[in-house]
Amino acid sequence: MANKLTFDFEKPIIDLEQKIEEMRVLGQQIDISKEIKDLEGKIEELKVEIYKNLTRWQRVQIARHPDRPNTLDYINNCFTDFVELHGDRKFKDDPAIVGGFANFEGKSVMVVGHQKGKDTKSNLYRNFGMPNPEGYRKAARLFELAEKFNKPIITLLDTPGAFPGLEAEERGQAEAIAANLLLMNKLKVPIIVIVIGEGASGGAIGIGVGDRILMLENSWYSVISPESCSSILWRSWDFKEQAAEQLQLTAQDLLKLKVIDEIIEEPLGGAHQNPKQMYDVFSKVLAKELQTVSKINKEKLTKLRREKFYAMGIWQE
Amino acid sequence: MSWFLRSKANIVEDTQKSMPDGLWTKCPSCSEVMYKTDLEDGLFTCKKCSYHFRIGSKEYIRILIDEGSFRETQDKIRSTDPLNFVDTKDYPSRIVEGHKKSGVNDAITTGVGKINGREVSFACMNFNFIGGSMGSVVGEKIYRAAKYSLDKKVPFILISASGGARMQESVLSLMQMAKSSAILAELSESSVPYISILTDPTTGGVTASYAMLGDVNIAEPGALIGFAGPRVIEQTIRKKLPAGFQRAEFLLEHGFIDLIVNRKEMKQQLSNIIEWFYN
Repeated sequence: MANKLTFDFEKPIIDLEQKIEEMRVLGQQIDISKEIKDLEGKIEELKVEIYKNLTRWQRVQIARHPDRPNTLDYINNCFTDFVELHGDRKFKDDPAIVGGFANFEGKSVMVVGHQKGKDTKSNLYRNFGMPNPEGYRKAARLFELAEKFNKPIITLLDTPGAFPGLEAEERGQAEAIAANLLLMNKLKVPIIVIVIGEGASGGAIGIGVGDRILMLENSWYSVISPESCSSILWRSWDFKEQAAEQLQLTAQDLLKLKVIDEIIEEPLGGAHQNPKQMYDVFSKVLAKELQTVSKINKEKLTKLRREKFYAMGIWQE
Repeated sequence: MSWFLRSKANIVEDTQKSMPDGLWTKCPSCSEVMYKTDLEDGLFTCKKCSYHFRIGSKEYIRILIDEGSFRETQDKIRSTDPLNFVDTKDYPSRIVEGHKKSGVNDAITTGVGKINGREVSFACMNFNFIGGSMGSVVGEKIYRAAKYSLDKKVPFILISASGGARMQESVLSLMQMAKSSAILAELSESSVPYISILTDPTTGGVTASYAMLGDVNIAEPGALIGFAGPRVIEQTIRKKLPAGFQRAEFLLEHGFIDLIVNRKEMKQQLSNIIEWFYN
């Protein structure tokens, strides 16, 4: 608990927790177990109050928590027999996207997701979860493999965006993402998309076209990050909170906008507070969704997938 | 030493004028001064250095579509403000401004017309309307224009000019990337030709969806084409970008554009390409 990253809005909880710690030390001399119990009850109330009333920006912060379960965490805890497959067979392997064979509750699936690191070293290796074109092309290769052998695809979205680098442009970042959007609209196998952390823009949707689109309760999905939006529209980095509000980027927002199908509930305070509970809920929801989509006739599935996206957007005429 | 230090950089005027007005106009590339009528006769390209001025759908329709054959479609669709988006201005006033500045109803105009006698479904983006940004309306109009192609089995021609997805519609704009790609998947499966023309500038979510998905990708000379904008890349890599980076010629060299066509030859070349599918 000591070195765990906490947020400003969690300070009242942390303060109370510290108080209890102090009282416990004191409690070795005199009996104050009742007071401690009261205070513990108060913490629970406070947690519910704080975590049920998070602002959009606060959720963005939770979505970025370094201890938040990432793609490989879900793969290792919710799937079995994972065989990671590397490389796009064109240029190189991109560690910012991982994928491969896995088994989910007795059935073979293809799982692909953005991969962030947990610390500086692993984040440098993973490029902070920002893929290069070869990452999207690796994903495309794995999608085609799944199609060939008729296995469902599960993609996990967690990226601050596609990498805006010089070489990424040279190798066709835009083309790589565009090609995936086209491919995922053509595949006949079921695709389930789950936003587990950050879903930033084209970099996220580049592996995000599917039959079911789900979001974890504290993840976000938008056309741009609140920081970049602030810098472009307000010409300053200081309006990220407002930008997050305006962008309406939470799971609750997207459900209302009919962009996603379902919200996966997180443990109180976020997935990092209780990863084991998170994996259980995740597995249960995924099992249910997989069962639903697997029942749909293959030809119809692709048609329904396209119609799902045709319905997206709000205009007047 | 001055008494007051400047806290912000000087305002630098944008060198790229979108559409020249007044009697004379100066080429932003070579500074050649031209009569406006001469510029129009040259299809808005510089007579000296062939610089391609940014133009909108009205001009492209005149340049590419057979005279009198164009019929605009879906002109009743309008952007609304589904998120009640407010930054330094509210979204509805940006829509009004965009309309005033461009004279069109949104960042894309669609319709049907003929190119050297061959019917096509035609869509052209308007950079002057909120930076040619793609929101729900752009996505829906592309969907309908492409659907027309699919139903009538006529080629789909789309001219892109865009800064990317429209922030004011947030995730709804992002979803238009998937939506436009979905209908292009149908075109592809039905062997209906789709020709994408990329003009200055085409960036962001537009490049990363329909603009890059043509059976043929054509670019105008010198057009800026990329995913991330040059400023964002410079901030990321902390280096100046090399000259010509993300220009049409650079994309051709790296294999993402089939050909670069001068605006003056665009109609003939487009016609040649369309005929290939029929003969």
